[in-house]
Amino acid sequence: MRISYKEPSPNKGRLNINFIAVILFTIAGFAAAILANIFIPQISAGVKIKDYTFGGITLNINSAYRLVLAALIALYTAIGIFSAFDKDRRKKYKKRAQFRFAAGIALALWDLFGTKLQLLPQPFFPGPAGIIEAFLSESGFVIQNTLYSLRLFAVGFIFGVAFGVGTGIIIGWFPKAYYWLTPVLNIAGVVPAVAWMPFALTLFPTPFTAAVFLIVICVWFPVASLAASGVQSTPKAQFEAARTLGGKTSYLVFHVAIPHAMPQIFTGINTANAFAFTTLVMAEMMGQPGGLGYYINASKVWSAYYKVFAAIIVMAVMFSLITKGIGLIESRVLRWQRGLVK
Amino acid sequence: MSDVILEIKGINRIYKDEDNTVEALNDINLSVKRGEFISIIGSSGCGKTTLLRLIAGLDKPQSGKLLQSGEEIISPDPSRGYVFQQGGLFQWLTVEQNIAAGLKARRVYKENKHKVAEYIDLIGLNGFEKSYPHQISGGMAQRVAIARALINDPELLLLDEPMGALDSFTRADIQDKLLELKRGNNATMILVTHDVDEAIYLSDRIVIMTPRPGKISEIMEIKLPHPRHRGGVEFLSIRKNILEKFHMASAYPEPEYRI
Ligand SMILES: Nc1ncnc2c1ncn2[C@@H]1O[C@H](COP(=O)(O)OP(=O)(O)OP(=O)(O)O)[C@@H](O)[C@H]1O
Ligand SMILES: [Mg+2]
Repeated sequence: MRISYKEPSPNKGRLNINFIAVILFTIAGFAAAILANIFIPQISAGVKIKDYTFGGITLNINSAYRLVLAALIALYTAIGIFSAFDKDRRKKYKKRAQFRFAAGIALALWDLFGTKLQLLPQPFFPGPAGIIEAFLSESGFVIQNTLYSLRLFAVGFIFGVAFGVGTGIIIGWFPKAYYWLTPVLNIAGVVPAVAWMPFALTLFPTPFTAAVFLIVICVWFPVASLAASGVQSTPKAQFEAARTLGGKTSYLVFHVAIPHAMPQIFTGINTANAFAFTTLVMAEMMGQPGGLGYYINASKVWSAYYKVFAAIIVMAVMFSLITKGIGLIESRVLRWQRGLVK
Repeated sequence: MSDVILEIKGINRIYKDEDNTVEALNDINLSVKRGEFISIIGSSGCGKTTLLRLIAGLDKPQSGKLLQSGEEIISPDPSRGYVFQQGGLFQWLTVEQNIAAGLKARRVYKENKHKVAEYIDLIGLNGFEKSYPHQISGGMAQRVAIARALINDPELLLLDEPMGALDSFTRADIQDKLLELKRGNNATMILVTHDVDEAIYLSDRIVIMTPRPGKISEIMEIKLPHPRHRGGVEFLSIRKNILEKFHMASAYPEPEYRI
């Protein structure tokens, strides 16, 4: 039973004037960015504004950019209304208001200097509307490469975690395995996975499987070593309790050692996650037929830096969603720890 | 005719380090009848836990033998339940799951599911079924540990100071539950305790141990009929008798009726 104590809030359930002002302040920056985009004329001649049609809707980089800003406004207004009825959420929302306002203003300035005036060195630093052009001109290609990265990551990561947990438990359980495998793990572990790229490309039938192999080994190391240490640190008393209850070896492994190692396994998974992102992008940049890393490389060749930025934004979103997802699984699996550790 | 469930024959257990040797148990002999309630009392470090671990099969003696119904004890077995001195609950399992652990370990959970709720009732932890060990009090955790050991219906239950962390009301409650269980299932119980009253209230025999080396100094038979009255004349005279033995053994008298 988790007991959380909440202060009774005096104005619970009422959307008060002050908080409406906070919401307006939050979205004011983005609104300013929209207005700036509409009313400031295109001064520099370096930007060609093309029309793209999607199922009857015609967009150019400016209208698409405004659409994105409008979406942000809608999002933050919705979050604001949702947060208005809870004291803790209101507090959190209010704390972020300044930053969100500033983000809107920063976008407006970036738009001004990057697109309207083109004062930033071109073509290296396009404006925000310029980056959006990548999604307008080749949305299909961006999606295709994103899916390629996602698939590569998912396959590599899942196999890596499974393999890491498996070997980690074996190493942690059998002293013989510990003796023979730990040095291998330690030596293989310090070498960045991409160093194996040349071997991987010759040993595996396709570039995809080669990249999966690289991700698997970079995930394997932290997961296996932390799983092993989690198993080894299980108190003897817990095994003894299980044995007096009639637990045989399989019970000791699966119901005592592994649950005990779970927090450490997740520490390993989180570390592996960061390694895997790096390996993924590097592998893609070094010879994959697709993926966001490949997209960056391909765009760079044509000096299409706005596409590089677009790919970076997609990565940022994708990787933070994956990290969040793993965090959710972790807090579900380790819910017994809540309140036990900070 | 009551048969012998446990025979301890000339047990020695010595702990050896590089620089010191502890004779934890020296020539222990004891024979326990089925359905008997035995308490072991003695000062800290006299080998009570060591003896219980040997009976459980968690440890082996250097010499001597332990027999359960004539068969040598070589490894832990669910027929010998053990309540540990320090809880030993699984932190990652809820109260309910901890109690069910024995059933799952023996792969008989499906057909005995209903027993879990019975034991939660028994220890009075209704409403805490879904709590994790760190969310309940020490006394509650100790009760869970008792229920966890009981659910396997052990013919021999080993209890290492299970009630140290309990308040006197809960303690009296659990003491009665143990007696009830002993009568109902004809279970045999061996209890390590520091509480002389508890030992007298529950036991058929009290084993008194002395340290360095850990030895049985005396075995007292308590012939009072149940239910026993803690304030009764005979009860008090037995208590006085036991405490005097301890005062003689130790340098200065203890202020409390605790060892
Ligand atoms: N694993 C061990 N290694 C070395 N010495 C040990 C070990 N376990 C117990 N001993 C020693 O054996 C002696 C008896 O210990 P034991 O735990 O059986 O005492 P106890 O009677 O249960 O004490 P308490 O009432 O404090 O629980 C002590 O002197 C202790 O130091
Ligand atoms: Mg002890």
